[in-house]
Amino acid sequence: MSEEKTITIEVDGQSLETKSGTLLIDVTDAAGINIPRFCYHNKLSIAASCRMCLVEVAKVPKPIPACATQVMDGMVVQTRSPMAIAAQKATMEFLLINHPLDCPVCDQGGECELQDVAMGYGSDATRFVEGKRVVPENNLGSLIATDMTRCIHCTRCVRFGDEIAGMREMGATGRGEHMTIGTFVARNVNSELSGNVIDLCPVGALTSKPFQYRARAWELTRHTAIAPHDSVGSNIQVHTRRNEVMRVHPESNNAINEIWLSDRDRFSYEGIKSEDRLTQPLIKKDDKWSEVSWEEALEAAASGLKEVAADPEQIGTLVSPTATLEEIALAQKLTVGLGSQNIDYRLRQEDFRGNSTAIPWLGQSIASLESIDSALLIGSNIRKDQPLLAHRMRKAALKGAKIQFVNPLQLDLHFDAAQMVSDPAGMVHNLAAIAEATGGLHYLTEQVDVGEEHKAIAKELKNAESAVILLGNMAQSHPDYTILCGLASVIAKATDSSVGVIPMAANSVGAAVIGVIPDHALNALTMLESPRKGYLLLGVEPGRDTNNPALARSALNNAECVVAVTAYRSPCLEEAANIMLPMSAFSETSGSFVNAEGTWQSFAGTTTSAGESRPGWKVLRVLGNLLDIEGFDYSSSEEILNELKESYCGNLKVTSFGAAKGKIRSAVTGLIRIGETPIYASDALVRRAASLQKTKDARDATVARVNSSVATAAGLSDGDKIAVVQGEGRAKMVLKVDAYIPDGCVWVPAGVPGSESLGDQFGEISLEKV
Amino acid sequence: MKVFIDYIRSLFLLELLKGLQLTGRYLCSKKFTLQYPEERAPLSPRFRGLHAQRRYDSGEERCIACKLCEATCPALAITIEAAPREDGSRRTTRYEIDLFKCIFCGYCEESCPVDAIVESRVYEYCFENRGENIMTKEKLLAHGDKYEVQLAKDLEAQAPYR
Repeated sequence: MSEEKTITIEVDGQSLETKSGTLLIDVTDAAGINIPRFCYHNKLSIAASCRMCLVEVAKVPKPIPACATQVMDGMVVQTRSPMAIAAQKATMEFLLINHPLDCPVCDQGGECELQDVAMGYGSDATRFVEGKRVVPENNLGSLIATDMTRCIHCTRCVRFGDEIAGMREMGATGRGEHMTIGTFVARNVNSELSGNVIDLCPVGALTSKPFQYRARAWELTRHTAIAPHDSVGSNIQVHTRRNEVMRVHPESNNAINEIWLSDRDRFSYEGIKSEDRLTQPLIKKDDKWSEVSWEEALEAAASGLKEVAADPEQIGTLVSPTATLEEIALAQKLTVGLGSQNIDYRLRQEDFRGNSTAIPWLGQSIASLESIDSALLIGSNIRKDQPLLAHRMRKAALKGAKIQFVNPLQLDLHFDAAQMVSDPAGMVHNLAAIAEATGGLHYLTEQVDVGEEHKAIAKELKNAESAVILLGNMAQSHPDYTILCGLASVIAKATDSSVGVIPMAANSVGAAVIGVIPDHALNALTMLESPRKGYLLLGVEPGRDTNNPALARSALNNAECVVAVTAYRSPCLEEAANIMLPMSAFSETSGSFVNAEGTWQSFAGTTTSAGESRPGWKVLRVLGNLLDIEGFDYSSSEEILNELKESYCGNLKVTSFGAAKGKIRSAVTGLIRIGETPIYASDALVRRAASLQKTKDARDATVARVNSSVATAAGLSDGDKIAVVQGEGRAKMVLKVDAYIPDGCVWVPAGVPGSESLGDQFGEISLEKV
Repeated sequence: MKVFIDYIRSLFLLELLKGLQLTGRYLCSKKFTLQYPEERAPLSPRFRGLHAQRRYDSGEERCIACKLCEATCPALAITIEAAPREDGSRRTTRYEIDLFKCIFCGYCEESCPVDAIVESRVYEYCFENRGENIMTKEKLLAHGDKYEVQLAKDLEAQAPYR
């Protein structure tokens, strides 16, 4: 069976060549011969439980399921013979016995596999007159709506949870007519990939809750686009109706997201219609915001920036790494046109000591992650930060790859991994110890103790045929990021592994590729540490998007002129900015992103911009014209893109980091904050997606966490109302005792409401009882 | 020969007499002109006049926002928006028929799985202002409430043939 030889089979009189051992249904699918099916899905294991794909095979007395039959040489298959048709009709009749005829109120109506197959293969009238079964509802949370009476028990959702999401959250209980699908005990489905069961469900049992009853499949126009959150750059379909985004579906791309989509990419569209949308240009006069015309706002912005640019060094530009390539490029051109080089996108980075011109990217393709033998992830909550990269990692782990973490907190993972947990300073020591165990030079002045677990990781990396070392989101916000990078490259060199960075946002790599990495100018941190007189903000929310919101806010609030090009209003921005120019949100503008593996992906706008807002590149273009800067005569975003492609496409080298020199800054005397950015607080759009904010992942991110020994030492207990204090900043939170947090640390999320007054994501912090 | 026959026909005005024969027949037969508006023609139970939305006896609106009428409407006269109601049921938040677009084909009525949208016997209506041509959900339901007895009777009369 394992040897692959070419054989010939005959299906419906058509002769097909294929490899032996292939599943019959795969062969017919490839040849375009349709066999109806419900339980079979090419990304899931075989269940052969629905019996819809029964076909007749010569010399076999009974019809057999095509999804569980391997082809053999000379096999003669009939998919439309009387025997096959009788089997299909009978199966369809049985499936419809308990299926309610509620297609008119069912959201799946119009895109339902059961409807399609019943039309094609079913009978035209029912003979069943007895009462139908009714199944009680499940509440699966804010994302998935259920109607389990419609379930036909194909178990795709169960297998998805088991095989793809890695959390067996759903299952079948009971037998025969009493079989029901649900969560075993009443609870929500909490996986960050849970939305995919909506696509997998062939009937209307599992449907999208935010989209519930809002539109029909036939009313929607599909536009392909790129997801604007994590650096995977998932291909998506934006479904619109009457100039409104109704829902988002995955677009299949095996090299990037396969057929999956993370919940963040799927449900974040709700943020487009947020009440916070800025729809009119605003100018602050005497601390009051007033609506003005575009002309007035742009002229005020131009004159304000011009005035400050009398000393070009006084201009600083901060761009969001979720902005499109075109927007970032124009912001860069504008800043350079004003005579300044101070532009940066690394808003969450704290340590800029190292070689800053290295482009932080994955160092390999996304698809190749699933064929690695060993991995070392440093400061990464990959499962929540880049769910689909974690899915690739999981695939590798299931194949036997050894995945290891050096992290400042224990993670809840969906694959087997060795986790080395310590406080942020301990991470540096652990990494240095691993470097020493590999035989590399770590350059640290401190003495490091090499333990058995360090040796084990070193050995794994050394023995692996293809190993990868990746630095995650938490590493990039780490006060010793440079040292971590240096140590990672030492380990990589000693173990012959590849090294890379998991970029934080959709366009982090894009911004770096086009050179938004100040070399000899001020970076995102120094721009705020030594305050400038004028700032240009592109899609940045100072209180939520920066490593040190307190610092960012004080620098911006004291500046003379802050021009914010933004899609949303927020209290911090209103406090800081002088002029707010409304920018189109995701799906309203055309643009491009460069994903973690360096693929340039462009998309078109799908709906018109809300209110008076305009695509960011247009706003910046006109601002450039008003400032009399040359080269701002673009008439489409494609023109900007083509220009960028000519200069920068293929501008990806293997990441190289400088040596791990410098003082370890994460060593503090008191408690240190683990300022992770939770999955649903990562950018402005997702923070405003109402349904995502009701999920467990979002609710869990509103508390401060410590382990029991820290709690006891501080005289606090689980559920206490506390204030976390960082410098001048205080935030009121509820304390949760969590054994996953190491000693000496307090997990206080960044980017969530209430965190706007706090300091560094990884900085000294103290707890007070309120 | 043909020329000769044609000559005789035109000479004796045979065609004209044939026509006058028909006129004469109608001159003597019973008149069927109706003195509208004093007199009215009888209407079929299938008459397709002004639209109405019906309710169940409990007062609950019938429409479940399945949007089949919107999909089947050849004139694109129907616009529906839907959302879950507070009790979780599927309901329209907007149901509008543009009477300027409507061609009164009756497909909406035919496609409706719950007999919610129907066309009543009312054909006398006019608009004095722009915008009145839009039958909103409130107007449709009010119209349905007013003529429910007749609508139910008409539907029952058609039932055996549907």
